[in-house]
Amino acid sequence: MSGRLRLLPVFVAAYLLFLYAPILLIPIFSFNNAASTTFPLAGFTWKWYVTLAGNTVMLDAARNSLIVGVSVSILATLFGICAARAITRYDFRGKRLTSGLIMAPLFLPEIIVAISLLMIVLAMGAELSLLTVILGQTVFCIPYSMAVLVSGFEGFDRSLEEASQDLGETAFGTFRRVTLPVVAPAILSSLLVAFTISLDEFILAFFLTGTQQTLPVYIWGQLRFAAKLPSVLALGSLMLLASVFLLTLAEIFRRRAENRKILQEVPHG
Amino acid sequence: MADRSMISIHGISKYYGPYPAVSSLSLEIGGGEFFSLLGPSGCGKTTLLRMIAGFVEPTDGSIRIDGQDVTGTPPNRRPTNMVFQNYAIFPHLNVEENVGYGLKRLRLDKTEEKRRIGEALEQVRLSTLGSRKAHELSGGQRQRVALARALVMRPKVLLLDEPLSALDKKLREQMQVELRSLQQAVGITFILVTHDQYEALAMSDRIAVMFAGKLAQVATPKEIYQRPVNRQVADFLGGMNFLSATVTGDTNGKVAARTDIFGDVVLEKPPGFTVVEGKVTLGMRPERLRLLWEGETAAKEIRGTVSNRHYFGETTHLSIAVDGLSAPLSIIETNNYGADDLPIGAGVRLAYDPDALVLLAE
Repeated sequence: MSGRLRLLPVFVAAYLLFLYAPILLIPIFSFNNAASTTFPLAGFTWKWYVTLAGNTVMLDAARNSLIVGVSVSILATLFGICAARAITRYDFRGKRLTSGLIMAPLFLPEIIVAISLLMIVLAMGAELSLLTVILGQTVFCIPYSMAVLVSGFEGFDRSLEEASQDLGETAFGTFRRVTLPVVAPAILSSLLVAFTISLDEFILAFFLTGTQQTLPVYIWGQLRFAAKLPSVLALGSLMLLASVFLLTLAEIFRRRAENRKILQEVPHG
Repeated sequence: MADRSMISIHGISKYYGPYPAVSSLSLEIGGGEFFSLLGPSGCGKTTLLRMIAGFVEPTDGSIRIDGQDVTGTPPNRRPTNMVFQNYAIFPHLNVEENVGYGLKRLRLDKTEEKRRIGEALEQVRLSTLGSRKAHELSGGQRQRVALARALVMRPKVLLLDEPLSALDKKLREQMQVELRSLQQAVGITFILVTHDQYEALAMSDRIAVMFAGKLAQVATPKEIYQRPVNRQVADFLGGMNFLSATVTGDTNGKVAARTDIFGDVVLEKPPGFTVVEGKVTLGMRPERLRLLWEGETAAKEIRGTVSNRHYFGETTHLSIAVDGLSAPLSIIETNNYGADDLPIGAGVRLAYDPDALVLLAE
């Protein structure tokens, strides 16, 4: 009994090490003053980050990622709002099937989705560009956005809008003073989640892009050159930091939305 | 009670497709009256309330509030405010901001706005919780916020949609008393929708009982309980012993009838009552029958045997089988004389008051 209790912390530590040790290696080596990623470390340096700042190809890729990420997060959130509102507000035939089908891309093999989208784009004779990447990633991000939004919208009771109207507010005033503020955390959370996913997404971006590449595609290209590895690690560390930051923000907003939801279930007493 | 007509509903109907939720209903509610709409779920009481509030557009008919025809007026321009069933507290605002929500539209100066919010919070005894976030409130507190938020607008009519149904029993009973005294303090018309007959009886000046989109009876609590017009109303308001009787005389206002166990009785006819094939149904509330103990006598008594017994703490409900009756009589006894110890099969005598018999339409 007591033996098992002492083993448990060891198991938890091993578990977390397994999860995070590989990822932690990236920032560690990004500050290592050597071109090779081997121990022992050769001292601290900023130089890989400095090289990045002067790398115009990388900066172009970063700009592309930003364009794609912002577009995808807005598009996925817009479509997600439509679907989430339909699912949480109305009852209709085939509601479960519809929501299931919208969520399905989450579980389909991404590479298959990428190939099918590529076939369609080529069949339509369209040019591969950032636009095709945006459209492809939007398809991929809608399920994530919808999941976040449904959880936020479930808390939005119609009687809130009615109460506002009852207290003398107009339809527009009600939207501005009640609807928007109540659902805003869920919408922000959806934007951030979709942006983060787009920022890290490789397969669709790789298949659907033309001459302009996003950051993950750029990183993949750099991996062929051993000498470039440390600056890739520096870039990777920055992206890691951005992702963690954005997801934390998204979680904070999601919890705020959750708090507003709990209110709808009136406690007894 | 009602000093003048505050709400005047004329021939109102609401159809959802071919189904009427409310059908050609007319009703007058007085100023300063505590009025309850009572009925089972689906009887149209909430639809009627929402038509008064302006959330539901009537298919037919008109509504006047304080002399003004408001049919077709949107809710934000009616002199009514509503307490919603789930309270609909704005989750992103604190208590004061919730209460002040409607005042913002009025563009009062800041001190006046603060004063009115403070006054409303005091009315519902929430003065100390002004800065609480909505999700930090208990169910009872949320209800008070919803009340304050509506009252602060100084409506002519306050509408309450089953406001107590989400609270537990103790708090519900406490809020019944508070709501009633609050209504008397502010002096405006309250219209309460409820399916709980005790709630309606305890709080109202008058009650309208509704079934299937129509009014069955509109009267004071006492009248509706003691003199229900038909079997459905009698049944909905509480326990009732139903007896059939043979008509022996039928004049303008009265019916004479012969019963198997209560002998010959004369009863007042409710409005619109007609005798069908010489038979009528009579009702008597269980508490109007009383057990007679050793040595007690009464002017009118009958004999029976205890056939069933249910213990409810302060009272015992007994079923008494009587010769000549197909169903046993129900009676309610308080437990200070030993009714809770009466064995099944015991012979008993019951005192009754023939005046407690009512004539019921089917």
